[in-house]
Amino acid sequence: MAGLATSLGAGAATNSLSQMPDIDTLFLFGSNPTEAHPIVSFWLKAALRNGAKLIVGDPRKTWMARRADVWLNLKPGSNIAMMNGLVNVILQNGWENKEFIAKRTEGFEELKAKVQEYDLERVEKLTGVSRDNIIEAARLFSHADKAMIVYGLGVTEHQTGTENAMAIANLALVCGHLGRPSTGIMALRGQNNVQGASDLGPLPATLPGYQPVSDAKSREKFEKAWGVKISPKPGLKSVEMLDECRRGNFKGLFILGEDPAQTDPDLHHVWKALESVEFLVVQDIFHTETTRFAHVILPGASFAEKDGTFTNGERRVQRVRKAIEPLSGMAEWQVISRLSTLMGYPMNYTHPAEIMDEIAGLVPIYGGISYGRLNNGGIQWPCPTKDHPGTTTLYTDLFSRPGGLAKFMALDHKGSAEVPDKTYPYVLITGRIREHYNNGSMTGRVPGIMELVPEELLEMSPEDAKALNIKNGDRVKVASKRGEIKVKVKVTDRSQPGNVFLTFHHRNALSNLLTSEFRDPITGTPEYKSCAVTIEKQG
Amino acid sequence: MTDKQLKITINGREVVCGKEDTILQAAQKAGVRIPTLCNDNRLEPYGGCRLCIVEVKGVNRPLPACTTPVTQNMEVRTDNDTITRVRKTLISLLLSNHPNDCMRCEKTGDCGLQDLSYEYGVDGKRFEGEMWDLPIREDNPFITYEPNKCILCGRCVRICNEIVMAGTIDLVGRGFNSMPDTAFRKPRSLDNCEFCGQCVSTCPTGALTDRKGRGKGRSYEMKKVKTTCSYCGTGCNFYLNVRNNKVIKVTSAYDAPVNQGNLCIKGRYGYDFIHSPERIKTPLIKKGGSFHEAGWDEALDLIANKFKELVDKHGPEKVGGFSSSRCTNEENYLLSKWVRCAIGSNNVDNCARV
Repeated sequence: MAGLATSLGAGAATNSLSQMPDIDTLFLFGSNPTEAHPIVSFWLKAALRNGAKLIVGDPRKTWMARRADVWLNLKPGSNIAMMNGLVNVILQNGWENKEFIAKRTEGFEELKAKVQEYDLERVEKLTGVSRDNIIEAARLFSHADKAMIVYGLGVTEHQTGTENAMAIANLALVCGHLGRPSTGIMALRGQNNVQGASDLGPLPATLPGYQPVSDAKSREKFEKAWGVKISPKPGLKSVEMLDECRRGNFKGLFILGEDPAQTDPDLHHVWKALESVEFLVVQDIFHTETTRFAHVILPGASFAEKDGTFTNGERRVQRVRKAIEPLSGMAEWQVISRLSTLMGYPMNYTHPAEIMDEIAGLVPIYGGISYGRLNNGGIQWPCPTKDHPGTTTLYTDLFSRPGGLAKFMALDHKGSAEVPDKTYPYVLITGRIREHYNNGSMTGRVPGIMELVPEELLEMSPEDAKALNIKNGDRVKVASKRGEIKVKVKVTDRSQPGNVFLTFHHRNALSNLLTSEFRDPITGTPEYKSCAVTIEKQG
Repeated sequence: MTDKQLKITINGREVVCGKEDTILQAAQKAGVRIPTLCNDNRLEPYGGCRLCIVEVKGVNRPLPACTTPVTQNMEVRTDNDTITRVRKTLISLLLSNHPNDCMRCEKTGDCGLQDLSYEYGVDGKRFEGEMWDLPIREDNPFITYEPNKCILCGRCVRICNEIVMAGTIDLVGRGFNSMPDTAFRKPRSLDNCEFCGQCVSTCPTGALTDRKGRGKGRSYEMKKVKTTCSYCGTGCNFYLNVRNNKVIKVTSAYDAPVNQGNLCIKGRYGYDFIHSPERIKTPLIKKGGSFHEAGWDEALDLIANKFKELVDKHGPEKVGGFSSSRCTNEENYLLSKWVRCAIGSNNVDNCARV
């Protein structure tokens, strides 16, 4: 999200889901919505039924890739080279939107100079995609009236994740495909309230509403409302806190509804950190890998047990309504309030609506939002005032950067941090399947889902399976430099030769024992989408 | 009126509607009800059940409202004696091959066919003849199929093919024996079905029902609470159906802007975790390597004192918190406020990046 924020202004999707059926050309990049976001896929399928052209950039032959007009089957980690190559083809052919570039962007000359280094021959080599497909994708995307790029975690979960998102913004900007209905960039978020959790301040460098702690004016506003002095020093990112824990430098940690001991990469490292912290409190609805390390576990309330709001991937703030009483007696907002009061900073909220009113007073993009206004389908931020209807399309006039111009970013191909070698010859891609969710703590307790998908399966191409003499259902050992797991194999042409795929939904096959410690240096997002592994058939 | 609109009259009332609307769509927008069983606004017009027939001035036969486009100054009547008589016959025909066992049917109280039989005062005795007598199919964890209750409106088949594009079911067989079924009538499995339950949600009768909710309460006995799904970031809305403080099932919210009633396997069927016996229900304090149940007061006092002690001893920079992308906006805001105000550092982050 930092990528889009740098290029365009806000770290959020630019358009709305309901605009998708009118797309002329859809560019789906690093996203498998039929599995990870099924209802988004319904909107996209409506576009396909209406005759939209489809370009898919994905190393896996997904449902959408099978139906694509052009499938860019790029090698994992070659996203920037792919985008630079497409932009270069567009510029060489004069297919760019000159008026848009002149009026609404800056930094074009730097971009132009950079992408010239990415001629077809080089891009073909770096990405593994044929030049005909690159040219056809560039033509389809640039010639469309309404073109939308929909991207997922296949873009961000790389060490170059932020730059990958900037590279995507470059492509949309050269074609002028931003700021109109059905025309823009939609980033699909993994968990239900990723957008809201980012918007509302649990970030080390920004106060709620992306207002920097380093900015005196922002601090002053919050200091006045909260009645405390706020440190101007940005805090530590979660990964940095864990690093400090491991070194014995971090003393107390409160983990709310998160399971880093299963979902973070390179788990042995994470476990060491959680063992080392002096006092660990974990609040969750179930015992997880992380609660094992806690000194105190607090029960959490499920979404059915509390009032509140979630913000979805199209910036829509929607109500969560209490259907049953919290099984443990209290929801998280009540627990945090009581804990804070006990620590000498009183919080006296009687209902989450009061918290939202406080948010509205401090966070301009949520300024007009209150529970009374959320009863008919929610509101999309920015919604600055009580009479503002919300925003379905961002950047119709100006980008939210200083000066109102979008910025081209000249980027270099870097590749994945860990590439296959003789010892670890396969690229492991991790991701999701439709039936399960995240660490499986919820879906793993749905008997019907466990009946359908009881265990982890390693997806492998028929070619690789044949070479290793592996059949469907055989057990294998998958090992990386960091760890190993044993799983059954599913042979499928969804995987291309050389690439294998695992989810991270199952506790009995922790795929993040394998994933690498490499991260995007800007956001700290781990490189879940690519690490090197070896596979050995088990007797 | 814009150039994309035109004017018609429905039951003598002037109505402005879209140029490309059908009569049914125009009537719905004007708040005029026309009975139908095969229509679902998410699907293409079908014209299967013929219950939506209306009278159009100048046309000497009834026309189906769902497949007839509007024309400028069209005059429509949605009810008259002839139309009522035809509708009664149509319903009688549907009931002639229907079990009519509403008293023990899962769908009672929420059934389109039952409602129309009641409204038009029709029973199943008018046409007697051959009836289907097929067994209930429960060959999968989520979807129960009672073919005897199918009225062949095709909604399940169309939603599976038009919206989900899964192609799990189609109308199989010919004539009297045709019915929605999977290819080669195989049991539903992940090989042929996504288990989104879209077919169940659109079925107007008791032919397709949610297996997990069967026998656990009538629709009208449930408290229906509209909320937002807690799985992926799409933000679908649905109704939690609650009875005796228990979530019994999930039903569609058709007016939701994000999903228009559509759901996936997790949204529609992934709710069992709420009442899982494995839920943590009290605070747990680790003593001597194992966890012991504690009251809220004891646990929160311990946590507050320990965090205060750590801040005093090592400074606020050595203490922090992780927030959760699964929690609400309000809770994320509060955790951020707690770290900044009660602890005094900016060491707060969320799992958005992982």
